[in-house]
Amino acid sequence: MGLPLFDPTEDPGPDFAALLRRTAGRPVEARPAESALRVPHATTVVALRFADGVVMAGDRRATEGYSIAHRAMEKVFPADRLSAVAIAGAAGPAVEMVRLFQVQLEHYEKVEGVSLSLEGKANQLAGMVREHLPMAFQGLAVVPLFAGYDPSRGTGRIYTYDVTGGHYEETDFQATGSGGRDARNTIKLGYKERLPRRDAVMLAIEALYEAADEDAGTGGPDLVRGIYPLVAAVTADGYKEVDGAEVAELFNALIDRRRAERVSGGAAR
Amino acid sequence: MTMPFYVAPEQVMKDRAEYAQKGIARGRSLVATVYDEGVLIVAENPSRSLHKISEIYDRIAFAGVGKYNEYDQLRVAGVRHADTKGFAFSREDVDARSLANLYAQFLGNVFTHEMKPLEVEILVAELGHNGRPDELYHIAYEGTITDEDRFAVLGGEAETIAERVAESWREGWDVRAALLAAVAALAGPERTLGPGDLEVAALSHGNGRRAFRRIADAALVELLEGPAEPSGPKGKKGGSKSRSGAASHALDEGALTEPP
Repeated sequence: MGLPLFDPTEDPGPDFAALLRRTAGRPVEARPAESALRVPHATTVVALRFADGVVMAGDRRATEGYSIAHRAMEKVFPADRLSAVAIAGAAGPAVEMVRLFQVQLEHYEKVEGVSLSLEGKANQLAGMVREHLPMAFQGLAVVPLFAGYDPSRGTGRIYTYDVTGGHYEETDFQATGSGGRDARNTIKLGYKERLPRRDAVMLAIEALYEAADEDAGTGGPDLVRGIYPLVAAVTADGYKEVDGAEVAELFNALIDRRRAERVSGGAAR
Repeated sequence: MTMPFYVAPEQVMKDRAEYAQKGIARGRSLVATVYDEGVLIVAENPSRSLHKISEIYDRIAFAGVGKYNEYDQLRVAGVRHADTKGFAFSREDVDARSLANLYAQFLGNVFTHEMKPLEVEILVAELGHNGRPDELYHIAYEGTITDEDRFAVLGGEAETIAERVAESWREGWDVRAALLAAVAALAGPERTLGPGDLEVAALSHGNGRRAFRRIADAALVELLEGPAEPSGPKGKKGGSKSRSGAASHALDEGALTEPP
């Protein structure tokens, strides 16, 4: 590995992906596949705005066809200090995309001396999803969810993506993955403007619970092994994972409430 | 047919070295020293945006003196090298020593083969971890690399400044003591340097994964001038050391002696 110096006219600038193409070649290349590959898929992730920023959460299950590939997968990652990215889709390329995205944001910040704007980060990620389109045609789609705290506006912002790299800013909340629809509906029913942090975390947890209830690909809380969904909050103070004990406590409260409702209501749902 | 003049290689090298030294001497100097929580780098730099000190990687910082465009090109190459290496292997595999060697080779090559040597002197610092001490690599314009374990001084008046730092240097001093001594050494007996003339940054264990932090504006003023409250005990010897993991570099109450 030599010192990567470039002629000023051919300099890749702060673009880490372009630098990689120059020095090492792209790590992932699309290859034609006849049949759908059986690769681990990741499933429900949600993001919602609250009073101080955004809350993001994701279940922990990865499936390979009808079997469970991994029970404790992490699908929510810090993108940089003030933003988070969550993934749904084929796990391998998705995690690789997140890794590249994280390095790209930090690389830009170090080379340029300033961070990208939140909009700029969202556009960067869109470019990566777009580049991944050939793989998506072969059944290895990656659909991220991006959210962060925008210091210039003083609020949290959420962006959703489609496989073509199209990205759209959401006003309040969004969920993606195979259980996304159920999760979204749950948030829709409980959402209020400027929720306090704990309520927002609770709502995210409830959304994942409902998604796991309806969708085979989404994992619910694993009470035996003590594996709970991963929840993170991004505020002006930065990305912070919600403590596992707090998530467990909220989940148990939710389960107790549901159980009590069943006993008193008597209706079998 | 014209014969080119014969110039002895010794003379060529001497001329080049003189040229580079002159270029470097035109700029202001820089001091880096280890302190109780990591490595502190203090540069005389009136510019707020054209930095002499920068972050390379999680535990690695870069500093340069001399011609800005030349050391900035080296800085960017360093960031690229570190990020590519960390992406291809693992973040732990990125170390200052290999980067310092690359810089040394590059500077050496340019010095012998190119028309004009680079008019820079650079420093690569790494915060120690897993029982390894902090590392300071000082690389000169012709590719000479020296590894320092206490402090390094770069720039035109390096020798005089290094003497001043050596006099006041103490094992395990805190950030304020180190900063005041570095500033005093840079300024010399005749001048005083204010916060506006300084660029300060630290690699500190308290900063998490990315150990590099700039100390600027209010935080720098506070460190240089002492606590804000008027009744603060100034000039008292023996500050309470080590505030575990505090991200801020605000200072302890018992401040160490001011520079003369």
